[in-house]
Amino acid sequence: MTAISVKGLTKSYGELVAVKDATFEVPLGTICGFVGPNGSGKTTTIRMLLSLISPTSGSGEILDEPISHPERYLSQVGAMIEGPAFYPALTGAENLRVIATLGGFPLSRIPELLETVGLAGRGDDKYKTYSLGMKQRLGIAAALLPNPKLLILDEPTNGLDPAGIQEIRDLLSKLAKEGVTVFVSSHLLSEIEMISEYLVMLRKGEVIFFGKTEELLHRSRPTIVVKATKASDLKRLKKLVDEVGHPALLEGDELRIDADEKWGAELNELAFENEIVLKQITPVRPTLEETFFTMTEEEQ
Amino acid sequence: MRIFRAEWRKLRRPTLFFGSMGAVVAVTALVVSLLFLLIDSDMGNADRGQRITRDVLALPSGISIGFSSSAGLLGIVALCVFAAQTAQEYTYGTLRSLLVREPRRIWLLIGKYLSMGLFAFFTVMFSAITSVLLAFALSGIAKVSTDAWTTSEAWTNLFETFVNVLVSTFGYGTIGMVLGLLLRSPISSISIGVGWLFIVESILSIAWSPSGNWLPGSLLSVVASGGAPIGVTDVPSYSEAFIRVSAMITAAALVTGFMFKRRDVAS
Repeated sequence: MTAISVKGLTKSYGELVAVKDATFEVPLGTICGFVGPNGSGKTTTIRMLLSLISPTSGSGEILDEPISHPERYLSQVGAMIEGPAFYPALTGAENLRVIATLGGFPLSRIPELLETVGLAGRGDDKYKTYSLGMKQRLGIAAALLPNPKLLILDEPTNGLDPAGIQEIRDLLSKLAKEGVTVFVSSHLLSEIEMISEYLVMLRKGEVIFFGKTEELLHRSRPTIVVKATKASDLKRLKKLVDEVGHPALLEGDELRIDADEKWGAELNELAFENEIVLKQITPVRPTLEETFFTMTEEEQ
Repeated sequence: MRIFRAEWRKLRRPTLFFGSMGAVVAVTALVVSLLFLLIDSDMGNADRGQRITRDVLALPSGISIGFSSSAGLLGIVALCVFAAQTAQEYTYGTLRSLLVREPRRIWLLIGKYLSMGLFAFFTVMFSAITSVLLAFALSGIAKVSTDAWTTSEAWTNLFETFVNVLVSTFGYGTIGMVLGLLLRSPISSISIGVGWLFIVESILSIAWSPSGNWLPGSLLSVVASGGAPIGVTDVPSYSEAFIRVSAMITAAALVTGFMFKRRDVAS
C-alpha cells in the first residue's frame, strides 16, 4: 500500500501545461518533500490529489483509492493548500469547529490541537487579528482535525519565524513517527532536506526525481576542500591531484577537489610525500539546493 | 446534516444574526408605521404612492398588509445573505477547505442552501411578528378597527401571507446564491442582484409594463402579495407568476449547480 501513487498525471489550461505526465509514488509512514521552484506545478498537483481540479489525463490513487472518488479517502486526509484560509469574523476555535462539524470530527480535539500548534491562548481571538504565523499554525491544526493517515501541506512554514519553523519541523517528525505520512511542498529546499526521507522534485511541471533523499544526494559528486599552511603550495597540490585523476579547482586560499571523503587519507599522504603541509581537509556533500540546481542545469 | 450545521455555525454569529434580524425588524417597523401613520396623507401610505384606506385595513386581510408590503425588503436581505455567504467562500479561499472536507459538491450546496433557508425563515418570522404587533399598536392612532383581525379568517390569511412571503424570500435568496456562485464576489453579486431586481426591473416595468410579466423580481412580488399587489393591475395571476418564476429560478439553479460541480477550484 502506498500513500500516494500517480501515473501520467497531466493538467493543461489550453496551451499551457501546468503539470506534465507526473508519475511518482510516496510510501506510507514517511515524510516526503515535494519540491520545485515557484510555478513548477506543485500546487496544481496537490489540487488534483485533493480533487479540487480534475486532471486533463492520467490517474492517481490516495491510500489505494482512486482520485476520481475523493469521498473514499478525504476523511483520512488532512490538508492545507496554498496557505491557510478561514473566516476572518470567527475566532480561531470557531473556525476549527466549522471544519470539524463539516467533516464529522469530534469537537473535543480542538483544544488539544490548538495546544499542539501553540495557539492555546489565542483560540478565542478572531482570526482577523492573527499574525501570518498564527494563521499558518491554525491551518495546520485544521489539517490535523481528521487525525489523518496522510497529511498534505503546501508551504506550511511560510510566514513563520525560525523558532516556528523548528516547531513545525519537530511536529512533522513526531507525526511521522506516529505513522502519519506527510507530503509537504516547499520551495525552501534546505527546510525539506532536514526532514524528508523521500523527495518528489518538479521542474516546469515535470517530475525530475522521486525516491529517497539520500539517494538523490549520493548522486551528486562530493568534494574535498583543502587549505595549506602556505597558500602557494595549493598550485602544486592541484597539479598533483589532477595527475591522479581528481579534477580540482583553486578558489582563493582553498582547493576544491572532486573526490569522495574516503580519498582524504590518500590526499593527506600525497601532500605529505610532496612536503605540503595541510592545515584543513573538509569533505563537503552538496546540499539539496546545490543538487537541485545541478540537476536542473543538466536537464536544460 | 453535517453541512447544514457547519454553515449554521457561520450564520448564527451574533453580529450577522442579530444584525440582520435587527435590520428586518427596523424596515418592517418602518413599512408598517408608514402604512398606519400616513393613512390620511395625499402622498399615499404604501408602495408606489398607493393609498390603502381604513376600510381595507379593517378587513381580515388588513393585519397582513404591512407584513406583505415588507416582502421586497426581506427579499433584499435574503439576496444579500445568500450571495455573500456563497461568494465569500471564493474571496476568503475557504471553498477549498470545505471541499476537502465535503467533496460531494452538490450536497455541499444543498446543505448551505438549507442552512441559509433557515436564516431566511427567521427573517420572515421576525418580520411577521413585528408587523402584527405594530399593526395592533398603531391601529388606535390610525383609527383602524381591529375587530376582523382576531377572526380565524384573519389568521388563515396571515398564515397564507407568511407562506407566500417565505416563498418569495427563498426565491430572492436562490437568485443571490446563483449570483454568488457565478460571480464569486460578494460585492458584485449583491450590487448586480439588487440593482437588477429593484432598480432595472422597475425602470423596465415603467417603460414597458408587459415586461413585468416575465421579470423575476416583479413575479416574486406577485407571489409575495398572493396575487396582484394592492393597486397594481396588468400583472399575471398568482399561479402564473409562481410557475414562471419557479421555472426561471430552478433552471438557473440547475445550470449553476452543474457548473459548480464541474468547475475547477483554483483559488
